[in-house]
Amino acid sequence: MAKREGLEVSVAVADAAMLSDVDVVSAYPITPQTHIVEHLAELVANGELNAAYIPVESEHSAMSACVGASAVGARTFTATAAQGLELMHEVLYVASAMRYPMVMTVANRALSAPISIWGDHSDAMAVRDTGWIQIFVENGQEAVDNVICGFRIGEDKRVLLPVMVHLDGFALTHVIEPIELPEKKDVERFLPPFKYPLPLDPEKPVTMGALGSPFIYTEVKWAQEINLEKAKDVVLESWQEFGKVFGRTYSPIEQYRTDGAKVLLLTMGSYSETAMVAVDKMRGDGKEIGLLKLRLWRPFPYEELRKAVKDIDVLIVLDRAVSFGGPGGPVCSEIKAALYAEEKRPQVIGFVGGLGGRDISMAGFEEMINRGIEIARTGSEREFEIYGVRE
Amino acid sequence: MAKAKTKEKPVAKGELGWKEIEIGCFITEPGNSVEIRTGDWKSRRPVVDLNKCNKCTLCYFYCPEGCIAKNSDGYFEPDLFYCKGCGICATECPKDAIIMVEEAK
Ligand code: SF4
Ligand code: SF4
Repeated sequence: MAKREGLEVSVAVADAAMLSDVDVVSAYPITPQTHIVEHLAELVANGELNAAYIPVESEHSAMSACVGASAVGARTFTATAAQGLELMHEVLYVASAMRYPMVMTVANRALSAPISIWGDHSDAMAVRDTGWIQIFVENGQEAVDNVICGFRIGEDKRVLLPVMVHLDGFALTHVIEPIELPEKKDVERFLPPFKYPLPLDPEKPVTMGALGSPFIYTEVKWAQEINLEKAKDVVLESWQEFGKVFGRTYSPIEQYRTDGAKVLLLTMGSYSETAMVAVDKMRGDGKEIGLLKLRLWRPFPYEELRKAVKDIDVLIVLDRAVSFGGPGGPVCSEIKAALYAEEKRPQVIGFVGGLGGRDISMAGFEEMINRGIEIARTGSEREFEIYGVRE
Repeated sequence: MAKAKTKEKPVAKGELGWKEIEIGCFITEPGNSVEIRTGDWKSRRPVVDLNKCNKCTLCYFYCPEGCIAKNSDGYFEPDLFYCKGCGICATECPKDAIIMVEEAK
């Protein structure tokens, strides 16, 4: 039985990559992700992890090296954050379209300017459409588990896609949490060796990344879309299997105290933990409030969302990024779109908050929920409101 | 990209359905571009007047697509399956035997 110990989450994430027996790590340090790749560098240098560690001069090169490593069939890992993720941007599309499985942890951090090293989801939302499978985790244990699951999901022959595991910068990466690191033998049981079906191989040459003229591009993109949509089944299956081996399972949208609730709050990432405490408090005060935690961001869990909100009146969505000049928070606008065609749908109220490391306390969540209920009754002059801004 | 199924030149290969595309749009057989209608985007096509042609071979050598071939009578003719309509053959022909005409859909 694996034992629970106090570990810095970044270190535990690196350990999870080691337990997954990665072959190649290529990364460029950037706060608040640095501890992850630093610890991996240590593990490789100490001989504890038998992997190639490719230090590079930028994140663009890091992702390019990962693409190359995955192309020869190596199990590949990297990590980044904020501007680093943006510098990778163009290569992210290549990794997914060319169907290279790899796992990347993103220590979510606000995008400049002004320079902020603190957390929000603006980096994650900027890479929303890159074709990666994307999972948001709420605590250190979930980060560890989903790195391991990420390899299994991405490497499945039905999927063959890269996976991003989003964990909040500092709020998760730099805290010490009680974490149960799985036993190596159990990880081996859960995660079969990686066998890429068409690797770069001089014995059996293939051309990767050729020109796609107008006659074929549309078909390629449709194949990519259907493939990502279908990956959801494998995500669900892998989480179930993970539960069988390790006793912890995950779902695309986790429900917390939703029984009988007519008002639900929806959050992503580590702020869900504070939101749970706020829900407990409000439940204690006799208010029928519940929480939805959106874990699987891509492929988007339409079915699960529609089911989770079918009997409620108000859904309050917290976004930690702004779609400037657009519909407000990207998550909220997607949720509105997902529910638009439903015969019976709740009012969807959008808030943006928790930007650039701004904390939302338990009382803050309570205030936001109450304001959301008020907007549902009286309306608001705005498409969305920002929580906690000073006049 | 495409799984090259045959070495013979097809009528309009390359117009694959999305289910037939190899993972990552990879090309698994060398030289499969012979199966692809690479000339589908031309706006003008070359028409050769064999009465003017003196079989000098210049168009054959200048064509950047290598799609001009000698026919059984020894004349040189472009293969429109691959021809991209650049007009170089028409410009280079010393006998003005080639004219470029608008592709009418
Ligand atoms: S138009 Fe250009 S591509 Fe077509 S046959 Fe002439 S030279 Fe070759
Ligand atoms: S360049 Fe003109 S004359 Fe010479 S072979 Fe071609 S078509 Fe004939």
